[in-house]
Amino acid sequence: MAARQTGLATALLLLGCLAAGAQAQQPGAAVPAAPAEPAPQQVPAAIVESIQIGLSTDRISITSDFSGADLTIFGALDNADPLINRQGRYDVIVVLEGPMRPIVVRKKERVLGVWINTDSETFVSAPASYSVATTRALQDITDQNNFRQLALGTDNIYIAPLDRTGDPVKIDEFEAALRGLKRTSGLYSENISGVQFLTQSLFRASLRLAPNVPVGTHKARAFLFKNGIFVKESSAQLAIQKAGFEQTLFRFANTNGFAYGVISVLLAIVIGWLGRVIFRRD
Amino acid sequence: MGIYLPIAEMSVNLFVLLAMGAAVGFLSGMFGVGGGFLITPLLIFYNIPPAIAVATGANQVIASSFSGALAHFKRGTIDFKLGTVLLLGGIFGSTFGVWVFKLLRQLGQLDLFVSLLYVGLLGTVGALMLVESVNALRAARKGDTTGLRRPGQHNWIHKLPLKMRFRASKLFVSVIPVLVLGAAIGFLASIMGVGGGFIMVPAMIYLLKVPTNVVIGTSLFQIIFTSAYTTIIHSATNHTVDVVLAVALMVGGVAGAQYGAKAGQKLRGEQLRALLALLVLAVAIRLALDLFVRPPNIYSLSPLVVL
Repeated sequence: MAARQTGLATALLLLGCLAAGAQAQQPGAAVPAAPAEPAPQQVPAAIVESIQIGLSTDRISITSDFSGADLTIFGALDNADPLINRQGRYDVIVVLEGPMRPIVVRKKERVLGVWINTDSETFVSAPASYSVATTRALQDITDQNNFRQLALGTDNIYIAPLDRTGDPVKIDEFEAALRGLKRTSGLYSENISGVQFLTQSLFRASLRLAPNVPVGTHKARAFLFKNGIFVKESSAQLAIQKAGFEQTLFRFANTNGFAYGVISVLLAIVIGWLGRVIFRRD
Repeated sequence: MGIYLPIAEMSVNLFVLLAMGAAVGFLSGMFGVGGGFLITPLLIFYNIPPAIAVATGANQVIASSFSGALAHFKRGTIDFKLGTVLLLGGIFGSTFGVWVFKLLRQLGQLDLFVSLLYVGLLGTVGALMLVESVNALRAARKGDTTGLRRPGQHNWIHKLPLKMRFRASKLFVSVIPVLVLGAAIGFLASIMGVGGGFIMVPAMIYLLKVPTNVVIGTSLFQIIFTSAYTTIIHSATNHTVDVVLAVALMVGGVAGAQYGAKAGQKLRGEQLRALLALLVLAVAIRLALDLFVRPPNIYSLSPLVVL
C-alpha cells in the first residue's frame, strides 16, 4: 500500500499548456522552478498528502494580437488516501497572482452638478491580477475563517492601505470598491469547478488570463484541502512579459523617454510627409 | 483584428483605430484643422486612459500639421518670423502645461480638468463660430459679402510696447500678445493633446489682425513645433506616448485627409464653418454629459503617481 503511494509520487506528472493567443517562448525549458516538497524518503506512519504543480514554461509573451488566453496548469496529489479520494473529499484551489503594485482608489461625488473625484485611498500593494480556479464553490470547501487566514479568494486577498491608521470604515469601503472594479475588468476572477481531477491524483486547473493581464512575475499557487482542512501548498513562478517588439518599445519608452519622444516625432513627420507625397491635394 | 498597445498596455481593435484616424483625417482635411480636439476625446470614449490619449494625440497632430504646412510652404503662405515668436511662447506654455499635467494626475483631477477645458473651450469656440457663420450665411443670401478682416481697426493690443515688424503678415505689433498667445496654445496643447489651431486661428485673425491667407500656414508651422516639443516632454516625464497607437491613427488620418479636402472644396467657406461649429459643439456636449450625468461607477482606479 505504502509502496504504491510512493510510486505515485515519482510518477508525478508536471505538465502545463497554454491555449489561444499567447505564445509560449522556450517551450523546451519545461519543468521549471516547480518547487519544493521533495517526496518523502520514508513514508511516515500518518499519511501526509502533498500537492505539486508544474508549468511547461516559466515565461509567457504577450504579442501584438494578444486578446487574453486560457492558462492550464497540471498538478498532482501525493499520498492521496484512495478512500477519501473516492468520496471526493479532496479539494484543490489554484491561484495565479499577479505582481504587487501600489494603486489609488478614487471616489466621485457631485459638486455643483459636476462629478468630481473628492476622496481617495492609496493601497501600497494589491495584486494587479488574481485568478482562482477551484474544485467546488468556495463555501463548500472550507469556512470563511480559513480562507481569510490563508488570504485566499478575491474577497480575502490582503490589500494593505498606505495609511494604516486611517478610518477603518473608509478603508473597507475603498477596498471593496477596488475588488469590485478589478472583478469588473476581469483582472480578479473566480472559476468555480475550474479544477478537475483527471485521475485520482492528477488534476488540471483552467485559469483565465484577461486581455489586460499585467506584465511582471506572476505566482501560481495550489492549495490542497482534505475534508475542509488545509493540508499543503505548492507554488511556481510565471513571468508574463511583452513579446520582442512590444517589450523593446515599452522598455525604451520607460528608460529613455526623451529619445523615444524624438523618434515618435520624427516618425510623425515622415508619415505626414509621405501622406503629402502619396495623396497630393493640390 | 486586435492590436496590443505597448504603452497603454491593452488590446484594441486596429480597424477601429484606422477608422477613427480616417474619420478625423477626413474632417481635418475638410475644415483645415489639425483634428487633435476630435482625436483625444474619441480615444477617451474608446477607453484609452486620458493621460495616454492626450500625449499620443499631440504626437498624431504633428503628422497632419506637417502635411498641411508643406502645402502652405510651397504657396509661401507662412510667416516664419511670427511663427517663431509664437513658438517661443509655446515652449514656455508647454513646459508649464506638462508640469501641471503631472500634478493633476497625482491629484486625480486630470480627467476632470481635461474635460472642463474641452467643454469650456469647444463650447465657446463652437458657439461663436456658429453665430458668425449663420450671420455670414444670412448675409450671403441677401447678397452682400463681408470679409473677416477689417483693416484699420485697431484695439488695445496694438497699443502695447516692444513692437516688432512682421513683413510677411504686414503687421507691426507688440511681441507681448504674440508670446502670450503662443504660451496659451502651448499650455493647452500639452494638457488637451490638441494642436490648438481652433483657438490659434481665430485669435490671430481677431486679436492680432493677421491677414487670413497667412494665418493657417503660420498656425500649422508653429503647431508642428509646439506639438513636437509637447510629445517629447510628455514622453520624457510621463512616458505616456504610445507610438503604436499614434502610427495607427496617423495612417488612417493621412489617408482620410485627402478625401476630406476634396469634399471641402465643394462647400462654401461659411457653410464649412457652420458645419465645423456644429461638430465642435457636439463634441463639447458629449463631454459635458460625462461631467453631469452620474457615472456608472463612482469609484475608479489609477496607478500611484509620484511627483
